[in-house]
Amino acid sequence: MSKEKQKGILVLEDGAIFEGTSFGASGERAGEVVFNTSMTGYQEILTDPSYKGQIITMTYPLIGNYGINEADSESLKPCAEGFIVKEYSRIVSNWRAKKNLGDFLKEHDVIGLEGIDTRALTKHIRIAGAMKAIISTENFERKHLTEKARSSPGLAGRDLIKEVTSPKTYNWNKNGTHRVVVIDCGVKYNILRELAARDCRVKVVPARTTAREILNFKPDGLLISNGPGDPEGVPYVVETAKQLLGKLPIFGICLGNQILGLSLGGKTYKLKFGHHGGNHPVRDLKTGKLAITVQNHSFCVDIDSLNKNDIEITHINLNDQTLEGIRHRKLPVFSVQFHPEASPGPHDTNYLFDNFVKMIQDNNA
Amino acid sequence: MPKRTDIKKILIIGSGPIIIGQACEFDYSGTQACKTLRSEGFKVILVNSNPATIMTDPETADATYIEPITTDTVRKIIEREKPDALLPTLGGQTALNLAVELYEQGILAKNNVEMIGAKYEAIKKAEDRDLFKEAIKKIGLDIPQSGRAHDLKEARAIAETIGFPVIIRPSFTLGGTGGGIAYNLAEFEGIASQGLKSSPIHEILVEESVLGWKEYELEVMRDLKDNVIIICSIENFDPMGIHTGDSITVAPAQTLTDKEYQAMRNASIKIIREIGVETGGSNIQFAVNPDNGQMVVIEMNPRVSRSSALASKVTGFPIAKIAAKLAVGYTLDEIPNDITRKTPAYFEPTIDYCVVKIPRFTFEKFPAANSVLTISMKSVGEVMGIGRTFKEALQKALRSLEIGVAGLDKKFEHLNAETIQEGLRVPTPDRIFFIKYALQNGMSINEIYDLSKIDRWFLANIQQIVDLEKEVVRYRKKRNIPADLLRKAKQYGFSDIQLARLLKTKDSFIRKMRQENKILPAFKQVDTCGAEFEAYTPYYYSTYETESEN
Repeated sequence: MSKEKQKGILVLEDGAIFEGTSFGASGERAGEVVFNTSMTGYQEILTDPSYKGQIITMTYPLIGNYGINEADSESLKPCAEGFIVKEYSRIVSNWRAKKNLGDFLKEHDVIGLEGIDTRALTKHIRIAGAMKAIISTENFERKHLTEKARSSPGLAGRDLIKEVTSPKTYNWNKNGTHRVVVIDCGVKYNILRELAARDCRVKVVPARTTAREILNFKPDGLLISNGPGDPEGVPYVVETAKQLLGKLPIFGICLGNQILGLSLGGKTYKLKFGHHGGNHPVRDLKTGKLAITVQNHSFCVDIDSLNKNDIEITHINLNDQTLEGIRHRKLPVFSVQFHPEASPGPHDTNYLFDNFVKMIQDNNA
Repeated sequence: MPKRTDIKKILIIGSGPIIIGQACEFDYSGTQACKTLRSEGFKVILVNSNPATIMTDPETADATYIEPITTDTVRKIIEREKPDALLPTLGGQTALNLAVELYEQGILAKNNVEMIGAKYEAIKKAEDRDLFKEAIKKIGLDIPQSGRAHDLKEARAIAETIGFPVIIRPSFTLGGTGGGIAYNLAEFEGIASQGLKSSPIHEILVEESVLGWKEYELEVMRDLKDNVIIICSIENFDPMGIHTGDSITVAPAQTLTDKEYQAMRNASIKIIREIGVETGGSNIQFAVNPDNGQMVVIEMNPRVSRSSALASKVTGFPIAKIAAKLAVGYTLDEIPNDITRKTPAYFEPTIDYCVVKIPRFTFEKFPAANSVLTISMKSVGEVMGIGRTFKEALQKALRSLEIGVAGLDKKFEHLNAETIQEGLRVPTPDRIFFIKYALQNGMSINEIYDLSKIDRWFLANIQQIVDLEKEVVRYRKKRNIPADLLRKAKQYGFSDIQLARLLKTKDSFIRKMRQENKILPAFKQVDTCGAEFEAYTPYYYSTYETESEN
């Protein structure tokens, strides 16, 4: 019935091994394995630049059902190093679908594995922590791959932004009252779409852009975007943020939150297996309001490291009480660890973009 | 906010006799509510006319009245027991209807009984088609065109404006009793007059048909602080035109992109807020045009429903129990998730398996009844299968039906092409088997889709089952199949009996072969969270995977 399938393998740095069959590109890649608990949105997840350096396993077992369409990507191409599912659907059923997931992965040279006991893999990561791994469709020698996984660079201390940031400055849209500069640490398109939808004229700049260069654009506001990896690996963005504090309204999202945390004198640390999914409960400490949020981060700002005289903790995660948002008490600066732009996931915290625009308006008034 | 201390005694109305459209699921939800409220220190007064329920066991409530569920009887009970509150949302449509009558007759006001969970206005807004339509339009969502009629002449005029086919829905009936689909005026007159007769207020709704559209349901919960979460999404295997209770349904939704799912989630949140169901669970149904994604709202149940019971089992999130706690003032973040213990009930369950529900019919006991499925419910129960694939869940559910099949088995002998086409076009309980026969006879997925409007994704999965069966049959002469194929068959949900039939051998032989090759079931947890957190009180399903959690 079906053609001979190609074998594929995932080997973790602790020697654990998961065998399946390949449905994407061939080859061998290294990355840190994380699990994502979203039941929808694999196209957005795959194309989220924050996944650079990571191999994603989806906890929902049936993936590919609605194919790939032209509108839902969050960047130009998939950024993850590998994609692991229980069952890949070759048949695509959705009126917007243009191709199937397997072809999409092949086209962009991403390895996909199916037939994996993804629940076993997820539990392994939950218990032992996210770990480095090799995903391969060519080499199946366990010892060799375990060694390779161990000596792979991982996420800690590494600058992964340079691999996903835009090489040059560009304008996302032409019109808009509020001029917003976005530092592209690996920005998701939906952040830009949300800003554009709120009368912002959005200019996207490479992560290496200096504070002076940014100020030369005479922006009304600055957004520091999401992005992959360890905030301590990108001191140059932290420095830029530090120089811009107080100069204009600043909004940070995800990695942008960690970068602001560092620039305000805080510390960051790595979570055991991170938060990757669309069902994380968060409390707004000021209003008491709750929200179901979208999250995708392996690092976190240490609450105790922040100077509470200057910085207010605005949001907290209800599952593990970790930091989800901060605001400067005097300067127009705020940031959140979760993703108000959603995509994929619930739109509960969409209003934060309104707050940012309001902050810009108040600052200009 | 903490639980209310101004109410001490709560009246709960059960759903009465087991009838089509209202079965043991309301015993389950009502019992959970009674237990929960008692454990919170409230006095629970229960009324249910059906003594053959768990709910009416002496330990369930503080006082149990096995009396007719009528306004007159319940009025007397209220006068005698003097409850502070009435929780009407956990005893199905019967309890909800009675609560409405008690309110309208002024009995609740006179006796100072507060309605908790859903207020009278919210129930009216959800149940009255005109008010509902107005509310949906107000929040900018689409709803099929419709009009209300109180006699045949009025009905005819509406049908002619909308154009055939139209759906006829009698007001305030259970499980859509007396409703139907009319393709022409002659059919219309018959169904409309029947509908007018079966409605207690002689009223029908004549509605634009979205026949063949994809049908979805979302289970929504809200607390007194206006926090709203979605517990579960359900996609109907059978398209619009068949009562959800009679449809094969699948959880979670399988063929919605995130953009489409979030649009539905946003709509559900807007709807529960606009209708004003204060606390607890509601079920909201949508239809989606498969050709352009247009979404319309079909209806809302402002109470715990049959689907809530299913959604609870699907996700591990105890909707009735949490609904009872929300009704007495707790908020979702104050209630712990029973399974993970460390995380709160304010979250959205994520599942790492697929669930298929199949309705169970007993047409063999009613030979005169028409087995064609329409918008009034005919099934008497349902089964649920859990698997790591849709194929596994489907086959498990089919064999749980106890209709003599061990999966997507052989059901008929020699069908001609015409019979198969008819079996695909006209929905009956056997349609799932006709799909198999159609595929075996070389009919393409597109042809089957054109006749049945069952989504191609489901059909493609059934095709995989059929293809695997063919491959197994190739080994019939050898009476021995390769271990890899056997493992795959088990992952596709084939039972040993099914495989034995295909190979013309005994199931004990298949079992032995499995044991020799270590192809054994693994038991995986239902834990609400896709293994993200440790589970303390999970339940299990069997599947064929590498790691067992038992």
